[in-house]
Amino acid sequence: MNNCTERLKNGIITENPTFVMMLGMCPTLAVTSSAMNGLGMGLTTTAVLVLSNAFISLLRKVIPDKVRIPAFIVVVASFVTIIQLLLQAFLPALNSALGVYIPLIVVNCIILGRAEAYASKNPVVPSIFDGLGMGLGFTVGLTLIGICREILGSGAIFGFQFIPEDFHITFFVLAPGAFLVLACLTAIQNKLKLPSATNVPGGDSSMACGGNCAQCTGASCVANKGIIEAERVAQKAAKAQAAKEAAAKAKAAKEAAAAKQAKGE
Amino acid sequence: MGNLLNISSSPHVRDKSSTQSIMWCVILCLLPATVVGIYNFGLKAIILIIACVATCMLTEFIWQKAMKLPVTVTDGSAALTGLLLALNLSSTFPVWMAVIGSVFAILVVKQLFGGLGQNFMNPALGARCFLMVSFAGKMTSFTYDSITGPTPLAIIKNAVKNGDTSSIADILASGDGQTQATTSVINMFLGNTAGTIGETSAIAILIGGIVLIARKIISWKIPVCYLATFAVFVLIFGGRGFDITYLAAELCGGGIMLGAFFMATDYVTSPITPTGQIVFGVLLGILTGIFRIFGASAEGVSYAIIICNLLVPLIEKVTIPVPFGKEGIKDGK
Repeated sequence: MNNCTERLKNGIITENPTFVMMLGMCPTLAVTSSAMNGLGMGLTTTAVLVLSNAFISLLRKVIPDKVRIPAFIVVVASFVTIIQLLLQAFLPALNSALGVYIPLIVVNCIILGRAEAYASKNPVVPSIFDGLGMGLGFTVGLTLIGICREILGSGAIFGFQFIPEDFHITFFVLAPGAFLVLACLTAIQNKLKLPSATNVPGGDSSMACGGNCAQCTGASCVANKGIIEAERVAQKAAKAQAAKEAAAKAKAAKEAAAAKQAKGE
Repeated sequence: MGNLLNISSSPHVRDKSSTQSIMWCVILCLLPATVVGIYNFGLKAIILIIACVATCMLTEFIWQKAMKLPVTVTDGSAALTGLLLALNLSSTFPVWMAVIGSVFAILVVKQLFGGLGQNFMNPALGARCFLMVSFAGKMTSFTYDSITGPTPLAIIKNAVKNGDTSSIADILASGDGQTQATTSVINMFLGNTAGTIGETSAIAILIGGIVLIARKIISWKIPVCYLATFAVFVLIFGGRGFDITYLAAELCGGGIMLGAFFMATDYVTSPITPTGQIVFGVLLGILTGIFRIFGASAEGVSYAIIICNLLVPLIEKVTIPVPFGKEGIKDGK
């Protein structure tokens, strides 16, 4: 079960979809005008993510490799439709607040990304926890942005207004405020050096991802892995070479000194 | 003896002007408009101006200290931003909102993009639009002579929209029909009307602008092209034919004078090439005309300037001048 908790932590902190991987920007910017909307969108996405990850993981040996993307999309779209109908039936207020962004979860890159990068290669239980972690990370990100925008823009948290109307800065409820808040929160995340995938101490590579392949599950990283291995081997070789040369020099100097001594005698 | 031979690498600039001297000169040229604004709107205007200037300078100082950058508050660019922002505000605007706007201007529009010379849009105008979006009600409520009423431009816009065919002088004299706010084109030229602190007096802005052009701090190209294009646009699309009074009212009203001489000519956010400056001015005139005549609001100068600020890199790219001696030579052949 250790693998499962690791997946949870990975989704919520290390590879937080909103603040670290910058995935799913469309709902992040569009529906976070209030904390409630952010939370609702996050939890809806979490539900879809868990279900689709589980299902795709179950089918991973059945789905032919060539048509895997359409197959993933069909699975995801089915779950999104189910969730949307459930929302319409039981949470009509949230449904109308989120509007077109619920059907748009189908094309959310987090879901397809997790299916492609994790669920299609791993057993069911870790895949479920991977979906749960990613979904909760997305929820945390969206809710934080929503809280900031709601406090500044409408003087309230989860609908409880505590700042009078005259002091509301409408800018933050509108689209530019979303960009500003997202940028500020990401900057804080970077400044505080939270242990995310882009902020690891081992990031000695010049690559944008920091070259921490042990934590990485992205598809493009397979190619990067080779480059980084080569980089490290070259570094090691250069170091060894330098050490060898230094040793040889020291040896030569010693011999010369010895020869001098011998001469002196 | 040490100064006899001065060895340095090119460019060998012998001009004495510096960022500092230019900024303070622009501030001096803004003084006529500022003084008229203070005369018109009294103590509230003074408080707003001081609050904006002080906040801008303080924000720049604190940011540069905190980021361990060289502190450049004394070059006057932050003070100029604050003054321009204050001149763009209504005299009844709450001070704390103006302070937020000043912080936004310096911190978000200027310093986050790298400070003076790196900002992609005019900080004062960026802050004005930020305040316009955030506090639309407070930004568009104007008081003159303790009467709260619409600006002359808004009166004209309303009348033209309702198909009023009486002359502009009559429309201005009758006001909006509800309040006693009446005015005339002469008042708009002198500045005795409702509006933001610095924009009402066309003559005061013109004096400052002409001094700027005479001292070669700004080139004539941007303001002249801007105003000329706008005038032509108004005559063609204004819907009132060749009506000189209407044209004069449109030119003297709103922020177009302040924008043409002091905002559009900002060094950082206007093209550096001579042809580019003409293109920039023409674009500004067309956009302002579209916003004022076809748009929902009577004002459009700030949005026109901001959009053209964003187009500056493109304008510069297509208007690179041909080096001397390379005319007629194409593709390096």
